[in-house]
Amino acid sequence: MMNNILLIDMDVQNWTYIIVGLTFALYIGIAIWSRADSTREFYIAGGGVSPIANGMATAADWMSAASFIGMAGIISFAGYDGAVYLMGWTGGYVLLALLLAPYLRKFGKYTVPDFIGDRYYSNTARTVAVICTLLVSFTYVAGQMRGVGIVFSRFLEVDINTGVIIGMIIVLFYAVLGGMKGITYTQVAQYCVLIFAFMVPAIFISIQMTGNPIPQIGFGSQLADGSGTYLLDKLDGLSTELGFHEYTSGSKSVQDVFFITLALMVGTAGLPHVIVRFFTVKRVRDARKSAGIALLLIAILYTTAPAVAVFARTNMIETVSNTPYSEVPPWFKKWETTGLIKFNDKNEDNIIQYVADPNKNELIVDRDIMVLANPEIAKLPNWVIALVAAGGLAAALSTAAGLLLVISSSVSHDLIKKVYNPKISERGELIAARISAVGAVCVAGYFGINPPDFVAAVVALAFGLAAASFFPAIVLGIFYKRMNKEGAITGMVVGILLMMYYIVKYKFGWLDETLPGEEEWWFGISPEGFGSIAMMVNFLVAILVMRFSPKPPSEVQDIVEYIRIPKGAKKPVEH
Amino acid sequence: MSDKEQAVRKRYWKANLRIVAILLMIWFLVSFCCGILFVEELNTIKIAGFKLGFWFAQQGSIYVFVILIFVYVKLMNKLDKTYGYDE
Repeated sequence: MMNNILLIDMDVQNWTYIIVGLTFALYIGIAIWSRADSTREFYIAGGGVSPIANGMATAADWMSAASFIGMAGIISFAGYDGAVYLMGWTGGYVLLALLLAPYLRKFGKYTVPDFIGDRYYSNTARTVAVICTLLVSFTYVAGQMRGVGIVFSRFLEVDINTGVIIGMIIVLFYAVLGGMKGITYTQVAQYCVLIFAFMVPAIFISIQMTGNPIPQIGFGSQLADGSGTYLLDKLDGLSTELGFHEYTSGSKSVQDVFFITLALMVGTAGLPHVIVRFFTVKRVRDARKSAGIALLLIAILYTTAPAVAVFARTNMIETVSNTPYSEVPPWFKKWETTGLIKFNDKNEDNIIQYVADPNKNELIVDRDIMVLANPEIAKLPNWVIALVAAGGLAAALSTAAGLLLVISSSVSHDLIKKVYNPKISERGELIAARISAVGAVCVAGYFGINPPDFVAAVVALAFGLAAASFFPAIVLGIFYKRMNKEGAITGMVVGILLMMYYIVKYKFGWLDETLPGEEEWWFGISPEGFGSIAMMVNFLVAILVMRFSPKPPSEVQDIVEYIRIPKGAKKPVEH
Repeated sequence: MSDKEQAVRKRYWKANLRIVAILLMIWFLVSFCCGILFVEELNTIKIAGFKLGFWFAQQGSIYVFVILIFVYVKLMNKLDKTYGYDE
């Protein structure tokens, strides 16, 4: 019906080719325009990125396929509990802006292991930091490449592996050619694409359901049908009627919600691919400001996602619950063929029963559908559906590129240049950086095509590891002058090992014959939330060991003095 | 570095820490207190269609986070200027 509004009535497929093709041409054009000619440009975009551009790039870097496609879906099934992601993945920026970014910018080097290695005057510390960086970034990037493949396969009707390979070629092109410089400016474009693609359907649906064009207000408003019922009250009613928990209250324990949120916040602040973005601006004050801009831009999507979750959940229940199978709308059948919607008519009455009780429930809906199929469910025009595909690709590609750069600079700068071959020439290092980027893309692509079956589980590990290793080491390095290498290294190693042990035992279940149940969790904390505990243990161990070991040398204490004063941030230099 | 300069740096650092501490207290209050620990109590209050605790957990805390960083930027720029550390 709404298609009639459009001048050209094209199908979704053609629209997708056009919009995705245009955005890809844009990314490649930017990559050619912003080639990197030096290691400084390759690692940190020359260090002269404006705070606004850096904020946009950070936001695109941060918001992955999981944020764009997955998050609203997760929230729409979890209800209140979804808040752990919303607060966890935004609150971390406050920590980043207040505790890390300005000081690391003043320090003025290229990578996170650079800081750890210099501040703790030890190549052991540097190597531990490199290992953490690689672990965190590879776990994260595997999921991104898979995301690229999935989006391609659903919207362009190629198989997932072909999708992964197309994605690899695109990322390869601009990451290898442009380094951080190319990535930064493509991410600026990708932010615009992804936020537009996320907001357009959200606004449309908000108007349809509540009459209010602002989704953030819409989902707290009354329904547009004139009944005077608030949307959230209606959803709470529908949920309890079908036997689910009330949408606006949760099912997780308070302490678990608390610790998961904390772990995600601290993990966010400790992720190397996010931290490194703040090395690219000119002055300390720019680092602070661009953290604010980044969070503002991220918040636009993160405050819309819970609204989308409510719209989609209500729409879906209303459309399918107790509907005869013969009367379901076309999108239902379409997504059924992809296996993302499954209907099993258990009582053979040809009517869809969607209820909480697993014995009676007949419908299984994949969470990703909530964003991907949302425009179709709401009967939006075809170009909007195509736009969502381009947005999902922008989100996945921008994050993958940022991660690949961190991996390649860890290898070429932190390992080759700083540990194995300090005499390597500028040109040699740039070549090494490009080769490592190619290697990293290939490894990421391999994981994208052959995803380890624990991909979802390792995301918890990535945040947990970042929380358990980098965050305490960097914060102590800045705020505690007396902290020495013995303390920091022991803290990091103990934190990581503890985190890994807990994940392996309670998430993968490799240490017991069966996966231990929730009642065996320490203090009732899930593996997702355990990063908080591992972080606290890191802090305690570091301080304890420090007390029994020598003070750091005076030149290191001078570094700490230096980074605390914002004035005079030099261009990052090779020392 | 002269003793005087040393003392100035110390004062600057203390003022910096105070700003950070106050802002982090607000950060903790809106997210962990309003959004998690006291969410049940706050949910008894309703503003338009939102239960207040739910709103803090899924909306309010994020708005406050953004404001906190910009307040931090403003306060630190002012502090830098007072101490002549601005550029």
